[in-house]
Amino acid sequence: MKVLGFLAVAFTGFLLVVAAEDFPAWGDAASPASTHLSPHFITDAVEETAVPNMVTAVLADYRGFDTMFETAVIFTAGMAVILILRRTRRGRDKHAPEDRTDELVHKDLITRTIVRLLVPFIQLFAIYVVMHGHHSPGGGFQGGVMLGASFILLAITFDLRTALKRIGERKNILLANAGLFIYAGIGALCLVLGLNFLDYSALISILPATDRIMAHSHGMLGIEIGVAIAVMAIMVIIFANLASRGRYDKGL
Amino acid sequence: MIWQLDLIILSLVVICAIAAITVKDLLNASIILGVYSFMMCLLWTEMGAVDVAFTEAAVGAGVSTIFCISAVFQTKRRTKD
Repeated sequence: MKVLGFLAVAFTGFLLVVAAEDFPAWGDAASPASTHLSPHFITDAVEETAVPNMVTAVLADYRGFDTMFETAVIFTAGMAVILILRRTRRGRDKHAPEDRTDELVHKDLITRTIVRLLVPFIQLFAIYVVMHGHHSPGGGFQGGVMLGASFILLAITFDLRTALKRIGERKNILLANAGLFIYAGIGALCLVLGLNFLDYSALISILPATDRIMAHSHGMLGIEIGVAIAVMAIMVIIFANLASRGRYDKGL
Repeated sequence: MIWQLDLIILSLVVICAIAAITVKDLLNASIILGVYSFMMCLLWTEMGAVDVAFTEAAVGAGVSTIFCISAVFQTKRRTKD
Protein backbone atom coordinates (compact mmCIF):
# COMPACT_ATOMS: atom_id res chain seq x y z
CA MET A 1 0.00 0.00 0.00
CA LYS A 2 2.81 2.35 0.90
CA VAL A 3 4.60 1.62 -2.37
CA LEU A 4 1.40 2.27 -4.30
CA GLY A 5 0.89 5.54 -2.47
CA PHE A 6 4.45 6.58 -3.16
CA LEU A 7 4.08 5.73 -6.84
CA ALA A 8 0.86 7.75 -7.07
CA VAL A 9 2.49 10.74 -5.40
CA ALA A 10 5.58 10.49 -7.59
CA PHE A 11 3.49 10.22 -10.74
CA THR A 12 1.33 13.21 -9.80
CA GLY A 13 4.43 15.19 -8.92
CA PHE A 14 5.96 14.33 -12.27
CA LEU A 15 2.78 15.48 -14.06
CA LEU A 16 2.80 18.74 -12.10
CA VAL A 17 6.43 19.40 -12.95
CA VAL A 18 5.71 18.72 -16.63
CA ALA A 19 2.66 20.99 -16.50
CA ALA A 20 4.67 23.75 -14.85
CA GLU A 21 6.69 24.03 -18.06
CA ASP A 22 3.61 25.46 -19.78
CA PHE A 23 3.10 28.21 -17.22
CA PRO A 24 3.80 31.76 -18.36
CA ALA A 25 6.96 33.25 -16.91
CA TRP A 26 6.76 35.14 -13.65
CA GLY A 27 5.41 38.66 -14.26
CA ASP A 28 4.77 37.94 -17.95
CA ALA A 29 2.64 40.79 -19.28
CA ALA A 30 1.42 38.69 -22.22
CA SER A 31 0.06 35.82 -20.11
CA PRO A 32 -3.71 35.25 -20.35
CA ALA A 33 -4.25 36.19 -16.72
CA SER A 34 -2.75 39.64 -17.15
CA THR A 35 -4.27 40.60 -20.49
CA HIS A 36 -7.97 40.34 -19.75
CA LEU A 37 -9.01 42.16 -16.56
CA SER A 38 -5.79 43.01 -14.75
CA PRO A 39 -4.88 46.04 -16.94
CA HIS A 40 -8.26 47.55 -16.16
CA PHE A 41 -7.79 47.05 -12.42
CA ILE A 42 -4.25 48.41 -12.53
CA THR A 43 -5.00 51.52 -14.56
CA ASP A 44 -8.52 52.42 -13.48
CA ALA A 45 -8.93 51.18 -9.90
CA VAL A 46 -7.75 54.44 -8.33
CA GLU A 47 -9.98 56.61 -10.51
CA GLU A 48 -13.00 54.39 -9.99
CA THR A 49 -12.74 53.73 -6.27
CA ALA A 50 -10.23 56.20 -4.78
CA VAL A 51 -8.41 53.29 -3.18
CA PRO A 52 -4.65 53.23 -3.84
CA ASN A 53 -4.22 49.59 -2.77
CA MET A 54 -5.73 47.82 -5.74
CA VAL A 55 -5.74 44.45 -3.98
CA THR A 56 -8.26 45.83 -1.51
CA ALA A 57 -10.21 47.45 -4.33
CA VAL A 58 -10.50 44.15 -6.20
CA LEU A 59 -11.22 42.16 -3.05
CA ALA A 60 -13.81 44.41 -1.50
CA ASP A 61 -15.38 46.17 -4.46
CA TYR A 62 -15.00 44.46 -7.83
CA ARG A 63 -15.31 41.04 -6.22
CA GLY A 64 -17.18 42.00 -3.09
CA PHE A 65 -19.69 39.21 -3.51
CA ASP A 66 -16.90 36.63 -3.46
CA THR A 67 -15.40 38.13 -0.30
CA MET A 68 -18.79 38.13 1.39
CA PHE A 69 -19.06 34.40 0.95
CA GLU A 70 -15.46 33.93 2.08
CA THR A 71 -16.53 35.59 5.31
CA ALA A 72 -19.59 33.35 5.34
CA VAL A 73 -17.32 30.30 4.98
CA ILE A 74 -15.28 31.39 8.01
CA PHE A 75 -18.50 32.01 9.92
CA THR A 76 -19.76 28.54 9.01
CA ALA A 77 -16.45 27.03 10.11
CA GLY A 78 -16.81 28.67 13.51
CA MET A 79 -20.38 27.50 13.88
CA ALA A 80 -19.35 23.96 12.89
CA VAL A 81 -16.61 23.98 15.52
CA ILE A 82 -19.16 25.02 18.15
CA LEU A 83 -21.59 22.35 16.95
CA ILE A 84 -19.02 19.55 17.08
CA LEU A 85 -16.86 20.46 20.08
CA ARG A 86 -18.93 22.52 22.48
CA ARG A 87 -19.92 20.58 25.59
CA THR A 88 -22.47 22.08 27.90
CA ARG A 89 -22.50 21.08 31.53
CA ARG A 90 -25.33 18.57 31.09
CA GLY A 91 -23.49 16.25 28.72
CA ARG A 92 -20.43 15.17 30.71
CA ASP A 93 -17.43 14.16 28.66
CA LYS A 94 -16.31 10.85 30.15
CA HIS A 95 -13.14 10.63 28.14
CA ALA A 96 -11.98 14.06 29.18
CA PRO A 97 -8.75 14.04 31.15
CA GLU A 98 -9.12 15.45 34.64
CA ASP A 99 -7.95 18.98 35.11
CA ARG A 100 -4.28 18.59 34.32
CA THR A 101 -3.93 22.24 33.53
CA ASP A 102 -2.50 23.28 36.88
CA GLU A 103 0.86 21.70 36.19
CA LEU A 104 0.91 23.04 32.65
CA VAL A 105 0.06 26.62 33.47
CA HIS A 106 3.28 28.35 34.33
CA LYS A 107 2.82 31.40 36.41
CA ASP A 108 5.76 33.06 34.76
CA LEU A 109 6.13 36.69 35.71
CA ILE A 110 8.16 37.65 32.65
CA THR A 111 5.78 36.31 30.00
CA ARG A 112 2.77 37.65 31.85
CA THR A 113 4.19 41.14 32.13
CA ILE A 114 5.37 41.18 28.53
CA VAL A 115 2.00 39.98 27.26
CA ARG A 116 0.16 42.49 29.38
CA LEU A 117 2.27 45.23 27.82
CA LEU A 118 2.12 43.79 24.33
CA VAL A 119 -1.59 43.05 23.88
CA PRO A 120 -2.77 46.69 23.63
CA PHE A 121 -0.19 47.40 20.95
CA ILE A 122 -1.14 44.28 18.98
CA GLN A 123 -4.76 45.35 19.07
CA LEU A 124 -3.91 48.90 18.10
CA PHE A 125 -1.84 47.65 15.18
CA ALA A 126 -4.66 45.31 14.15
CA ILE A 127 -7.12 48.20 14.09
CA TYR A 128 -4.60 50.20 12.07
CA VAL A 129 -4.33 47.32 9.58
CA VAL A 130 -8.11 47.27 9.18
CA MET A 131 -8.48 51.02 8.85
CA HIS A 132 -5.46 51.52 6.63
CA GLY A 133 -6.15 48.55 4.38
CA HIS A 134 -7.05 50.88 1.51
CA HIS A 135 -3.65 52.51 1.40
CA SER A 136 -1.27 49.77 2.51
CA PRO A 137 -1.25 45.97 2.63
CA GLY A 138 -3.81 44.62 4.99
CA GLY A 139 -7.52 44.66 5.45
CA GLY A 140 -10.34 43.00 7.31
CA PHE A 141 -9.07 39.43 7.28
CA GLN A 142 -5.56 40.19 8.44
CA GLY A 143 -6.64 42.73 11.04
CA GLY A 144 -9.36 40.42 12.31
CA VAL A 145 -6.94 37.53 12.67
CA MET A 146 -4.52 39.77 14.56
CA LEU A 147 -7.26 40.97 16.90
CA GLY A 148 -8.26 37.37 17.52
CA ALA A 149 -4.61 36.41 18.03
CA SER A 150 -4.24 39.03 20.75
CA PHE A 151 -7.03 37.35 22.73
CA ILE A 152 -5.52 33.93 22.01
CA LEU A 153 -2.17 35.18 23.31
CA LEU A 154 -3.94 36.27 26.47
CA ALA A 155 -5.56 32.84 26.76
CA ILE A 156 -2.23 31.05 26.35
CA THR A 157 -0.26 33.19 28.78
CA PHE A 158 -2.89 33.44 31.50
CA ASP A 159 -5.69 30.94 31.05
CA LEU A 160 -8.75 30.68 28.88
CA ARG A 161 -11.03 32.10 31.56
CA THR A 162 -9.05 35.35 31.67
CA ALA A 163 -9.45 35.83 27.94
CA LEU A 164 -13.12 34.85 28.01
CA LYS A 165 -13.73 37.38 30.76
CA ARG A 166 -12.75 40.04 28.21
CA ILE A 167 -14.69 38.55 25.35
CA GLY A 168 -17.22 36.00 26.49
CA GLU A 169 -18.85 33.16 24.58
CA ARG A 170 -22.18 34.89 24.06
CA LYS A 171 -20.47 38.11 23.03
CA ASN A 172 -18.28 36.20 20.58
CA ILE A 173 -21.18 34.56 18.80
CA LEU A 174 -23.01 37.87 18.73
CA LEU A 175 -19.95 39.60 17.22
CA ALA A 176 -19.51 36.90 14.58
CA ASN A 177 -23.10 37.36 13.51
CA ALA A 178 -22.83 41.14 13.67
CA GLY A 179 -19.75 41.17 11.44
CA LEU A 180 -21.39 39.17 8.71
CA PHE A 181 -24.56 41.21 9.13
CA ILE A 182 -22.62 44.47 8.63
CA TYR A 183 -21.22 43.11 5.37
CA ALA A 184 -24.49 41.79 4.00
CA GLY A 185 -26.30 44.79 5.43
CA ILE A 186 -24.17 47.28 3.51
CA GLY A 187 -24.80 45.21 0.39
CA ALA A 188 -28.53 45.20 1.02
CA LEU A 189 -28.46 48.92 1.78
CA CYS A 190 -27.08 49.57 -1.68
CA LEU A 191 -29.93 47.46 -3.03
CA VAL A 192 -32.50 49.45 -1.05
CA LEU A 193 -30.99 52.73 -2.25
CA GLY A 194 -31.67 51.76 -5.82
CA LEU A 195 -28.50 50.18 -7.22
CA ASN A 196 -27.06 46.66 -7.38
CA PHE A 197 -26.11 44.59 -4.37
CA LEU A 198 -22.74 45.87 -3.01
CA ASP A 199 -22.62 48.73 -5.52
CA TYR A 200 -21.27 51.32 -3.10
CA SER A 201 -22.08 54.27 -5.37
CA ALA A 202 -25.56 54.09 -3.91
CA LEU A 203 -24.23 55.17 -0.52
CA ILE A 204 -23.82 58.83 -1.59
CA SER A 205 -27.41 59.54 -0.67
CA ILE A 206 -26.84 58.65 3.00
CA LEU A 207 -23.16 59.57 3.45
CA PRO A 208 -22.73 63.33 3.70
CA ALA A 209 -20.02 65.16 1.74
CA THR A 210 -18.98 62.37 -0.59
CA ASP A 211 -19.05 61.82 -4.30
CA ARG A 212 -19.62 58.57 -6.17
CA ILE A 213 -15.93 57.68 -6.06
CA MET A 214 -15.39 58.28 -2.35
CA ALA A 215 -18.57 56.36 -1.57
CA HIS A 216 -16.79 53.26 -2.89
CA SER A 217 -13.91 53.87 -0.49
CA HIS A 218 -16.23 54.35 2.48
CA GLY A 219 -18.32 51.33 1.58
CA MET A 220 -15.18 49.22 1.46
CA LEU A 221 -14.12 50.50 4.86
CA GLY A 222 -17.52 49.47 6.22
CA ILE A 223 -17.33 45.94 4.93
CA GLU A 224 -13.71 45.58 6.06
CA ILE A 225 -14.80 46.44 9.58
CA GLY A 226 -17.54 43.83 9.32
CA VAL A 227 -15.06 41.20 8.10
CA ALA A 228 -12.62 42.08 10.88
CA ILE A 229 -15.25 41.73 13.60
CA ALA A 230 -16.50 38.40 12.25
CA VAL A 231 -13.02 36.93 11.76
CA MET A 232 -11.85 38.02 15.21
CA ALA A 233 -14.84 36.43 16.93
CA ILE A 234 -14.54 33.21 14.93
CA MET A 235 -10.81 32.88 15.68
CA VAL A 236 -11.46 33.21 19.41
CA ILE A 237 -14.37 30.75 19.21
CA ILE A 238 -12.29 28.12 17.39
CA PHE A 239 -9.37 28.48 19.78
CA ALA A 240 -11.54 28.39 22.91
CA ASN A 241 -13.30 25.24 21.76
CA LEU A 242 -10.12 23.50 20.63
CA ALA A 243 -8.09 24.40 23.70
CA SER A 244 -10.69 23.31 26.25
CA ARG A 245 -12.44 20.45 24.40
CA GLY A 246 -15.46 22.70 24.23
CA ARG A 247 -15.80 22.93 28.01
CA TYR A 248 -14.60 26.52 28.28
CA ASP A 249 -12.59 25.78 31.40
CA LYS A 250 -8.97 26.71 32.00
CA GLY A 251 -7.84 25.72 28.55
CA LEU A 252 -4.30 24.73 27.64
CA MET B 1 13.55 38.69 -7.58
CA ILE B 2 17.00 37.78 -6.27
CA TRP B 3 17.59 34.21 -7.35
CA GLN B 4 20.00 33.36 -4.52
CA LEU B 5 17.42 34.36 -1.93
CA ASP B 6 14.76 32.49 -3.91
CA LEU B 7 16.87 29.36 -3.93
CA ILE B 8 17.44 29.47 -0.17
CA ILE B 9 13.78 30.08 0.62
CA LEU B 10 12.50 27.46 -1.82
CA SER B 11 14.88 24.78 -0.55
CA LEU B 12 13.86 25.63 3.02
CA VAL B 13 10.20 25.26 1.97
CA VAL B 14 10.89 21.79 0.58
CA ILE B 15 12.95 20.79 3.63
CA CYS B 16 10.22 21.99 6.00
CA ALA B 17 7.52 20.16 4.05
CA ILE B 18 9.44 16.88 4.14
CA ALA B 19 10.37 17.34 7.81
CA ALA B 20 6.76 18.06 8.77
CA ILE B 21 5.52 14.74 7.42
CA THR B 22 8.43 12.59 8.56
CA VAL B 23 8.78 13.79 12.13
CA LYS B 24 7.11 11.54 14.73
CA ASP B 25 6.30 14.16 17.32
CA LEU B 26 3.14 15.99 16.27
CA LEU B 27 4.04 19.08 18.28
CA ASN B 28 7.27 19.35 16.31
CA ALA B 29 5.32 18.82 13.10
CA SER B 30 3.00 21.73 13.95
CA ILE B 31 5.94 24.02 14.63
CA ILE B 32 7.63 22.97 11.39
CA LEU B 33 4.39 23.66 9.55
CA GLY B 34 4.48 27.15 11.04
CA VAL B 35 8.03 27.59 9.77
CA TYR B 36 6.87 26.35 6.37
CA SER B 37 4.12 28.98 6.33
CA PHE B 38 6.60 31.65 7.28
CA MET B 39 8.92 30.63 4.45
CA MET B 40 5.97 30.82 2.06
CA CYS B 41 5.26 34.27 3.47
CA LEU B 42 8.83 35.33 2.68
CA LEU B 43 8.41 33.94 -0.82
CA TRP B 44 5.22 35.93 -1.40
CA THR B 45 6.92 39.06 -0.12
CA GLU B 46 9.81 38.47 -2.46
CA MET B 47 7.44 38.11 -5.41
CA GLY B 48 5.80 41.42 -4.50
CA ALA B 49 2.47 39.98 -3.31
CA VAL B 50 2.53 41.78 0.01
CA ASP B 51 -1.16 41.32 0.82
CA VAL B 52 -0.93 37.56 0.36
CA ALA B 53 2.24 37.50 2.44
CA PHE B 54 0.49 39.41 5.21
CA THR B 55 -2.38 36.93 5.24
CA GLU B 56 0.00 33.98 5.18
CA ALA B 57 1.96 35.39 8.11
CA ALA B 58 -1.15 36.13 10.17
CA VAL B 59 -3.21 33.05 9.35
CA GLY B 60 -0.73 30.39 8.23
CA ALA B 61 2.21 31.04 10.49
CA GLY B 62 0.27 32.52 13.39
CA VAL B 63 -3.20 31.32 14.15
CA SER B 64 -3.30 27.96 12.38
CA THR B 65 -0.11 26.89 14.16
CA ILE B 66 -1.80 27.70 17.45
CA PHE B 67 -4.86 25.69 16.39
CA CYS B 68 -2.68 22.71 15.48
CA ILE B 69 -0.80 22.90 18.78
CA SER B 70 -3.98 23.11 20.85
CA ALA B 71 -5.39 20.14 18.92
CA VAL B 72 -2.19 18.18 19.64
CA PHE B 73 -2.47 19.06 23.32
CA GLN B 74 -5.99 17.62 23.44
CA THR B 75 -5.12 14.42 21.56
CA LYS B 76 -1.96 12.33 21.34
CA ARG B 77 1.42 13.84 20.89
CA ARG B 78 3.06 10.96 19.07
CA THR B 79 1.91 9.58 15.76
CA LYS B 80 1.95 5.89 14.88
CA ASP B 81 3.19 6.02 11.33
